[in-house]
Amino acid sequence: MKPIYLDNNATTSVAPEVFEEMRPYLQEFYGNPSSMHTFGGHLYRKIEEAREKVAALIGAAAEEIIFTSCGTESDNTALMSAVESYPAKRHVITTRVEHPAVLNFCKHLARKGYRVTFLPVDSLGRLDMDAFSRAIDDDTAVVSVMYANNETGAIFPIREMGEVLRERKILFHTDAVQAVGKIPIDTKTLPVDMLSLSGHKVHAPKGVGVLYVRKGTRFYPYLIGGHQERGRRAGTENVASLIALGKACELAGLALRGEVEYLGRLRDRLENALLQCCPDVRVNGDTEHRLPNTTNISFEYVEGEAILLRMDEYGICASSGSACTSGSLEPSHVLRTMGVPFTAIHGSIRFSLSRYTSEAEIDRVIEVMPGIVKELRNLSPYGKRKMASG
Amino acid sequence: MWEYTEKVKEFFLHPKNAGEMEHPDAVGEVGSMLCGDALKLTLKVDRKTGKITDARFQTFGCASAIASSSVLTELIKGRTLDEALELTNQDIAEYLGGLPKEKMHCSVMGREALEAAIANYRGETRPVDREEKIICKCFEVSEEKIRRVALENSLSTVEEITNYTKAGGGCGSCIPAIEAILKDIWSVRPEREVPKTPRKMTNLQRIALIQDVIEKEIRPRLQSDGGDIELIDVDGKRVIVSLRAMCVACPMSEVTVKGIEEKLRELVSEDLVVEAA
Repeated sequence: MKPIYLDNNATTSVAPEVFEEMRPYLQEFYGNPSSMHTFGGHLYRKIEEAREKVAALIGAAAEEIIFTSCGTESDNTALMSAVESYPAKRHVITTRVEHPAVLNFCKHLARKGYRVTFLPVDSLGRLDMDAFSRAIDDDTAVVSVMYANNETGAIFPIREMGEVLRERKILFHTDAVQAVGKIPIDTKTLPVDMLSLSGHKVHAPKGVGVLYVRKGTRFYPYLIGGHQERGRRAGTENVASLIALGKACELAGLALRGEVEYLGRLRDRLENALLQCCPDVRVNGDTEHRLPNTTNISFEYVEGEAILLRMDEYGICASSGSACTSGSLEPSHVLRTMGVPFTAIHGSIRFSLSRYTSEAEIDRVIEVMPGIVKELRNLSPYGKRKMASG
Repeated sequence: MWEYTEKVKEFFLHPKNAGEMEHPDAVGEVGSMLCGDALKLTLKVDRKTGKITDARFQTFGCASAIASSSVLTELIKGRTLDEALELTNQDIAEYLGGLPKEKMHCSVMGREALEAAIANYRGETRPVDREEKIICKCFEVSEEKIRRVALENSLSTVEEITNYTKAGGGCGSCIPAIEAILKDIWSVRPEREVPKTPRKMTNLQRIALIQDVIEKEIRPRLQSDGGDIELIDVDGKRVIVSLRAMCVACPMSEVTVKGIEEKLRELVSEDLVVEAA
């Protein structure tokens, strides 16, 4: 049975066109682009073509694109480069709701003696802009704020922050892994110095990412070795995946406008239906500024892992912020920072759609979810009690 | 994704004895929504024979919490209250074909609800109502519970305590206190008696214990001689280890293996055979 895959913020399928594009470079053309012979050397041109396609999607110049191995490497590189480039500055600003690739790297910097400000968010997951303004000082080496949150889809005011930081001449990095390919991003007008994106979130394979570095930005490489990527990221190029990412970005650029509308409509239909399907259901996060493909919904009095495993029986894939699904006993740091009540965090389910999500699939989810929630609430000692009293 | 056994999946997808009971003779409630799991156990008890004639559960929690609760009700039906009290959290886990170690607290919750229900039937004060020292504030775990679960399950590390009780799994500020409790428990008796549990161990528990003995008893000694050891596999009674560093070239390595075997036989189980990979 083909799964109903609504976990596209975790990873996406490789688009068929992307796979066709990369296939020859896994089989016939296995050369090393650094080689002198034509067999390897001609791949260099293919990589540059891919670079141009990636650049085009975000309004960048090709030389501003550095290929990496994943979003995490892009994030780590950006932060490391920033603090290495400005050794006298010992302060870093980020948010409490970042992906671990940024959050844990900043904690690492804190252990190394850096002063790190972790900006709070309000109950809708919106950034505290006053706290942001207050945090900036002359010692600030870099600010790193995600473009859109992976759990709630909430979009941060990157432009507004970037304008402030540009005036203060402070480096600004944004982790745009969840935003690229889902909403239009144009670095020509967006005041950021560095931007991370990841292949497997945009229908390219896992194991490839990009760090955009604006021309003129001081840069210090993270992986040191060969001359690849003009000395900014050593290591033999992942040729097939780079070509795949180029194709994926090309497709995303072509589809973007229609997709924003299509996904938003589908997502809203799912969300509205689930909100009405049973009592004590809530949406987590800012619904005004949000990715079109994401909704984070809490079903109170039931636990997320139980919901996911019941959904799994119907072949429906999503994810949860519940503690039981996190691999630790700690529920989602994002929802906790927002002050979502524990009862709602435990029952939170994130649905994230893609261009391959069909109307029929959404209908199916709307059809089965009420039954799953009702059954689990019947099992729960809280469900009935609450419903009886309220 | 958790690796649940078929039994866990079966009891999660088709739980037996789920739901409310009208006019129960005994009620046991443990956990809270805040902690992420909670169980309400209700019993019907035959006054003459003292036998549990019916048991039902309501659980807020993950798949293994629901499965553990359901199995608990199956296991206690038809038993007298005293017989039911003999049931341990390990019996619940074993019936399910084992639980992921991080989920052992689900079986502990089952055992606790049973105790609470029987105490309720007998009109005793529930242990949780007594004034007790809370060690883990995130998950409201008392010192008494940590001590009891540690002893019953032969737990000797903080990680194990977290897996079985959740204590220490939140902010982590109580970890030193848990360490102190463990030290206190296991230094009361002479050390070599510690892991000799009177209870039959599950396969997982035996492997965990072997690993623990190697880490704490054997490795430090080998390392002080420039050697090292790694546990490769445990296959029934066979413990396969790999000697590392200086041990590799050591002419006495055979003697070393014999020594390791002796130690494991002493501290884990007398029938173990140690082999070098």
